[in-house]
Amino acid sequence: MPQNYIPIFIFLAVVGILIPLTLLAAKLVRPENPSRTKLMPYECGIDPVDNARGRYTVRYYIVAILFVVFDVETIFLFPWAVRYKALGVFGLVEMLVFLLILIVGYIWIWKKGALEWV
Amino acid sequence: MISNFSQFFTLADYAMVLPIILLTLFALGILLIDLMVPAEWKWSNAVTALIGIAFAAGAVCKAQQNLRLMESPFVLSGSMIFDRITIYFFYLFLAGAAVAILTSVHYLEVEHEHRGEYYSLMLFSVVGMMCMAAGYDIVLIFIGLELMAISTYVLVGFLRRDRRSNEAALKYLLLGAFSSGIFAYGLSLFYGLSGTTNLGGIGQALARHMEANQGHPSPVAVLALLTTATGLLFKIAAVPFHQWAPDAYEGAPTSITGFMSVAVKAAGWAMLLRVLVWGLYPLRSVYVPLLIFVSIATMTAANFAALTQSNLKRLLAYSSIAHVGYMLLGLIALASVQYPAPAFFDGLKGILIYLLVYTFMNLGAFAVITSLRNKDVIGDELDDIAGLFQRAPVAAVMMLAFLLSLAGIPPLAGFYGKYFIFLSLIESQHYILAALGVAYSVFGLYYYLKIANAMFMRPALDQERLPISFGMKTALGISALLTVFIGVYPEPFIRAVNWSLGIVHSGAVAELMR
Repeated sequence: MPQNYIPIFIFLAVVGILIPLTLLAAKLVRPENPSRTKLMPYECGIDPVDNARGRYTVRYYIVAILFVVFDVETIFLFPWAVRYKALGVFGLVEMLVFLLILIVGYIWIWKKGALEWV
Repeated sequence: MISNFSQFFTLADYAMVLPIILLTLFALGILLIDLMVPAEWKWSNAVTALIGIAFAAGAVCKAQQNLRLMESPFVLSGSMIFDRITIYFFYLFLAGAAVAILTSVHYLEVEHEHRGEYYSLMLFSVVGMMCMAAGYDIVLIFIGLELMAISTYVLVGFLRRDRRSNEAALKYLLLGAFSSGIFAYGLSLFYGLSGTTNLGGIGQALARHMEANQGHPSPVAVLALLTTATGLLFKIAAVPFHQWAPDAYEGAPTSITGFMSVAVKAAGWAMLLRVLVWGLYPLRSVYVPLLIFVSIATMTAANFAALTQSNLKRLLAYSSIAHVGYMLLGLIALASVQYPAPAFFDGLKGILIYLLVYTFMNLGAFAVITSLRNKDVIGDELDDIAGLFQRAPVAAVMMLAFLLSLAGIPPLAGFYGKYFIFLSLIESQHYILAALGVAYSVFGLYYYLKIANAMFMRPALDQERLPISFGMKTALGISALLTVFIGVYPEPFIRAVNWSLGIVHSGAVAELMR
């Protein structure tokens, strides 16, 4: 149904007008004194001009992997929490078993020093 | 509250999955204990792992006794099947893992990589294998497969300072992940066709599908079968999906190569049988021609490639691919006849016996190669085994027994595996395939005897006696004893396989050889 798309076109039109309008308004109002540092691309305070094939420290990957593991843990916790009443004691026990396995993993990575940034 | 509890998890479920729970507990325990164990006491982790395996074997034994009390083999609301074949595979995995652990202890000391995680990962991979063998739900089978595969990827790359080990792990990881993806795609298509993840449900839906289309499956079913079969054949390393095996086997720690070539392969076979025979049996008119092609290609390519190898691990890797080709012949025989025909049972019996004897003879052969690793000798070249008879006469004679058994010479265990496979082929009227299989097993004798020739006829490069550790002696003793014993007196083992197939039998060997 083409008429169903009319709101989308209205949105597109509003966006097309609003963005240039805001930018223009901002340009008229704001003070302007650019400097070299200010015009640099923003990258977490690191000097952005470098070889793109530089080496990252492997700790970034360890942190990323650990993050994924415990992120997935919460993904499993949410549905259980939503259906907590229906799953009852069985669900509680199952979740405790699941968490216990993850806690063993947590103790292991802690003792192995994977959480230390040195 | 109790009724609520039993809705999901009954006491029968608990009794049946107890081996899996125990192994998981021990694997987690080893991870924690290892944090407190000083470096010179790392061998104690192997002891813990062996105790875990013993407990699990006890639990399997208990489950075996409970088997006849159950009215249906399905546990955990139909997602696991506990029949006699499951029990058989559980014993097989535990035996393979136990022998592989015995071969590992001294080897890891020599490599300076003795860590508790090694044993923990081995137990985790056995947990995965058990889920593959007992799984009756494609989701559970897939999770089991991934648990086993990921543990094995890490174990292959366990020698962190060794380039070959790292390379092998990376290759195995990439190809394994790719094939798992293809496998999952095929399974998802079957789910789409049948609307269920249960293998039995998929089988029924496919039977209806074939009936509705007068025996011609729709293109989607064929595509699903092809992708699923690709994943399965990759895991057992059949040609043309075998390229990862020689590389992974060569680079992996030798004790893990032995473990991979028996337990991991047996798990692949358990999964293959569950999916193709239990689930996709209605499509067998489609996959039998495919399997005939794959098995001929596997036997041909592997036997020819093995001829030119000078590296022992690569040679045995190709030999293990060739053995997959022979086992596939049994699958062809059982899938090309209607269910209760004798060839069906003989084919299945052949595969199960083959896996049993192969476990011990191949682990034994790899144990001998593992013991060659010594001080600064890597010990996986053909030159390193030269003159083994002077350096370690007992090990050399045992190796000869393993090699002859691998070639299928009676009265050693390997003969009976091949015997039942070829018998089932003849019963299902695949005479040409049977002849081809026999011809290739003779062919295989050449490269096995090449190793024997090096051991007995050539002078040793290093005259020093080969030190063989206690664990290694035990592993070699168990493997050699069983390889010879099964060959000389196969009756109890054939009876065990008959039991697992539910065949009623009388005691006489003649009756079993039917």
